[in-house]
Amino acid sequence: MNKKVLYAIFDDEEILLESVKVLRSKEIEIEEVYSPFPVHGLDVALGFKETRMAITAFIYGCIGLSFGGLLIYYIMISGVGKSWPMNIGGKPNFTFYQNFPAFVPIMFECTVLFAGHLMSLTYFFRNKLYPGATTTSPDPRTTDDKFLMEIIVEGDDNKMRKLLKETGASEINEKDTNNE
Amino acid sequence: MHKESEIRDPLILGNKTYHDITRDIARPVEGKANKYWWILFGLSVFLFLWGIGCMAYTIGTGIGAWGLNKTVNWAWDITNFVWWIGIGHAGTLISAVLLLFRQKWRMAINRSAEAMTIFGVVQAGIFPLIHMGRPWLAYWVFPFPNEYGPLWQNFNSPLLWDVFAISTYLTVSTVFWYIGLIPDFAMIRDRMSKTISPMKKKLYTLLAFGWSGRAKHWQRFEEVSLVLAGLATPLVFSVHSIVSMDFATSVIPGWHTTIFPPYFVLGALFSGFAMVETLLIIMRKVVNMEAYITIKHIEYMNVIILFTGSLVGTAYITELFMAWYSGVAFEQYAFLNRATGPYWWAYAAMMSCNVIIPQLYWIKSIRTSFIATFILSIFVNIGMWFERFVIIVTSLHRDFLPSSWTMFSPTFIDIGIFLGTIGFFFTLFLMYARTFPVVAQAELKTILKSSGSEYKNKTHE
Repeated sequence: MNKKVLYAIFDDEEILLESVKVLRSKEIEIEEVYSPFPVHGLDVALGFKETRMAITAFIYGCIGLSFGGLLIYYIMISGVGKSWPMNIGGKPNFTFYQNFPAFVPIMFECTVLFAGHLMSLTYFFRNKLYPGATTTSPDPRTTDDKFLMEIIVEGDDNKMRKLLKETGASEINEKDTNNE
Repeated sequence: MHKESEIRDPLILGNKTYHDITRDIARPVEGKANKYWWILFGLSVFLFLWGIGCMAYTIGTGIGAWGLNKTVNWAWDITNFVWWIGIGHAGTLISAVLLLFRQKWRMAINRSAEAMTIFGVVQAGIFPLIHMGRPWLAYWVFPFPNEYGPLWQNFNSPLLWDVFAISTYLTVSTVFWYIGLIPDFAMIRDRMSKTISPMKKKLYTLLAFGWSGRAKHWQRFEEVSLVLAGLATPLVFSVHSIVSMDFATSVIPGWHTTIFPPYFVLGALFSGFAMVETLLIIMRKVVNMEAYITIKHIEYMNVIILFTGSLVGTAYITELFMAWYSGVAFEQYAFLNRATGPYWWAYAAMMSCNVIIPQLYWIKSIRTSFIATFILSIFVNIGMWFERFVIIVTSLHRDFLPSSWTMFSPTFIDIGIFLGTIGFFFTLFLMYARTFPVVAQAELKTILKSSGSEYKNKTHE
């Protein structure tokens, strides 16, 4: 019913980090934290799971490696290559094994190409970043020098305001719900 | 928090706050360009247009417009190509390899270094493209299902490896660069007022992809940066190794050596760092980044130049030794001809600019002087161009048949295209310096408390 969204603004990342720890120890749920730069230890303090971006890169890399391997296997060995196998410059394409050293660069590049691009696309997708998207930060100063903590309070918010002030928030704003 | 010894020199000068960093980085984007910028920009565009004219003439009349002949069938085109690709390497080294090594000083320079990489690789790509003669068929270098036979590429050719390596390098570097740029574009977007500059606000909103700095996003950001650095590190070594194989897998004396891949990679890093210095020493003045790009940064880069320059020198001497030790008369002659033949002056320029002059960096007062560094970096840029010229032209101009021995001299079209790419490069870089956040400010803010001069003094007291 009586829900309020509080925006506590901090001036320093160390104060923010301490405040997050205090709030979490009191089992208060923090909706979101916005910061102008990555704050080390914040993800742990907020209880985030480790991100799986690196795992996706590994999977994409494996796909790239297989793609590169199959591509040249088809082009050089089984497809056109089969009809006219040749040995030029000590690089015979009679079998994949014999021709393998010459394929290493292509397979490597395909691995990096797939891993790099597909991971980046996954990153954009997961973070909902795309051209035309607008910022979701409630305060434009969060890309400059302010750190913002978003908390949803039910009922009386004075206790929460006091706690935030005590842990070092420099200002506390409330989400203007009338405009929405 | 990251701790750093207070006796290390600060990386951010002056008593900066987070807001100061924001303001300083956004200033060139928000302000107007000064006179010097317009002069440089005008000159660059003029060179670029001249280059375009020469390229158009080449495509219209054919490669005969260049100074190539039957004996020297590769000259300035591939020299310039390798030179530009090499210049690109420092950007990736700074942003990727130094990230893996946790070198904090990279943060002030990685953005511009990587911009240089991308613009340099673009210049490099122009040369094989126009050397094809029919650049509208350039897409034939990529494997795609077709009805010309079917006709496929020869995957045993290092020239095709080049296609894969350079396209991967260009695109992955661009993505790496852009992911780092997004939070900084967001910073600029949030400073722009809707009423004063609505178009700019719209543009930066578009460029920032809706970044808002959520904690989870930053967590992913850091991991993605680390993984991309991990991918880009072997990539940067592979690219120039493959470029060197264009030569090393052939049977021309002077090219057919196994030292080429490491030797080319080192030379690339060497020349790349020199170009980074050339650009940054000018840029820090023009856009007022003196507090962020300090003499300490320049000194660190000079140490790398000294190190890679000495290794390049070692490679030159190793090459000479191996030519003598091989006992092959042709190999021996190729190197004797390089040093004492008709192109001795190019060899001397290469040796003095790349091996002897960088040794001056052993002297601390030279290593820590902006003016001396600027002059020396120009020497290295010239020396590395001559290195590629020496390798390519001197190995070809006296080939297997003495009756076909000849000399190479560039036509004004050759020179025009080369100058055109320099103009194009500086046009791109100057436009970048006015519209992009030239320092990775979000990253820089993370080291303000450990490496800023104010905080250093505090801990010292």
